Amino acid sequence: MREVAVIGCGMTKFGELWKQSLRDIFVEAGLKAIDDANVDRISSMYVGSMTPGLFVGQEHVGAMMADYLGKSHIPAVRVESACCSGGMAFRLGFFEVASGHSDVVMVGGVEKMTDGADVTYALATAADQEYEVYHGVTFPGLYAMIARAHMHKYGTTRQQLALVSVKNHHNGALNPNAQFRSEVTVDQVIKATMVADPLTILDSSPVSDGAACVILASMDVAKRMKKPAIKVLGTGAATDTLALHAREDITTLKAVRQSAEAAYKMAGLKPTDIDLAEVHDCFSIAEICIIEELDFVEKGKGGLFTEQGHTALNGRIPVNPSGGLKSKGHPVGATGVAQIVEVVEQLRGQAEKRQVKNARIGLTQNMGGSGASSVVHIFEVQK
Amino acid sequence: MPSPRYHREMPQRYRLEAGKCNTCGHVAFPPRMVCNCGCRDFKDERVSDFGKILTFTTIRVAPKDFETQVPYSVAIVESDNGVRVTTQVVDCRPEDIKIGKKVKFVFRKMYTEGHTGIICYGYKAVLV
Repeated sequence: MREVAVIGCGMTKFGELWKQSLRDIFVEAGLKAIDDANVDRISSMYVGSMTPGLFVGQEHVGAMMADYLGKSHIPAVRVESACCSGGMAFRLGFFEVASGHSDVVMVGGVEKMTDGADVTYALATAADQEYEVYHGVTFPGLYAMIARAHMHKYGTTRQQLALVSVKNHHNGALNPNAQFRSEVTVDQVIKATMVADPLTILDSSPVSDGAACVILASMDVAKRMKKPAIKVLGTGAATDTLALHAREDITTLKAVRQSAEAAYKMAGLKPTDIDLAEVHDCFSIAEICIIEELDFVEKGKGGLFTEQGHTALNGRIPVNPSGGLKSKGHPVGATGVAQIVEVVEQLRGQAEKRQVKNARIGLTQNMGGSGASSVVHIFEVQK
Repeated sequence: MPSPRYHREMPQRYRLEAGKCNTCGHVAFPPRMVCNCGCRDFKDERVSDFGKILTFTTIRVAPKDFETQVPYSVAIVESDNGVRVTTQVVDCRPEDIKIGKKVKFVFRKMYTEGHTGIICYGYKAVLV
């Protein structure tokens, strides 16, 4: 396979973007990425989007976005893997360039969630309709059951869960593209409106509109660019049972572990080589489980590791310097690509107030459903 | 829910019908055509009537069909013959539910689809 690099990136602000449509936000992010990369031609496009059909009644968004981006006639396809649609789209774009088929490919992610659709229902379609959703369980409910099991098995505390949100809001307050640029306290998180015990609204990522795009190129092309190339060192993806209840251990996200192992192996790196990570904190408990599966900390100690400050912006391994899904926002299909945008900005040294010092290698982890799919990428800046 | 789709699931929702793999003995619920061990040969089995709670939550923000039921408790229950399901836990206060408590599956109404839709039934769990 050929070496591949990210040569450009762009994203919209995340939040309630009432003045812009699905196509408007995608094109805004796409043009930013094209201008950032300074390329005039792209060979094809992958668009990660979870369910534009349910959110705004629009399918076939691959062709639509190519058209509105002024790239009509190029091959373009939508990629769906629930909340990791964006990360999976990136993986496909990577393989298209790595295979030698194309030199320059765009990967985008987009979701328009605040146009009035029944969001709880739309998101729940990523769970097992007949054997989970039929019984009235919601996504907050599924993650709440993971949280309860984690607390029971490992002694993770309610305060440690809250500290994930406190940290991510702190980082998000420094990010101009974040939906919520305000800090929260442990007390505020714990006393907020209960959604599904023990998780409150401040343990949960918000409903958001947003889009993010990156341009991938072969290393030959990337080396001719002025900006430092962000080389893709590794990609890994895995799946698990769709239903949470069908897993051997409710607190283990096996797809995350397997996708990470594949990416580490391809990159030839260990978890201790990673300088920063953007991970899928759809709920506070998710970040705790994920940092365990990524082997940043041993199983069961994710809560304590967070409490000790190791995942803070100035910690041993900064996690979610962007603010994560919790504070930056979670337009589901866009999230996986927006994580990559953050890592690119960090590795270029352009992350301003939330810049991780001496960041050379970054990791992204994007997850679908209650962990039924996961995709991990590892990047290194070329100097 | 379209009626053919509802009708197809009745053996599982009404009678907890499962399938037992003839190679590894795994009890699959719902029944499936191929086991994770690779075997495609199953015999009929039922999910046991009794089980225990592995984890649980109380839903306070519900999908539209369940809005009138909040707050309601949902658990992952492991049956005595090793089948794990997501199910509501009813006839008790949320604070009575604990990890490890024994439950029994009962036949109950789930929700009603508007004024002219299907009345949906299925299994729920009660503490024993």
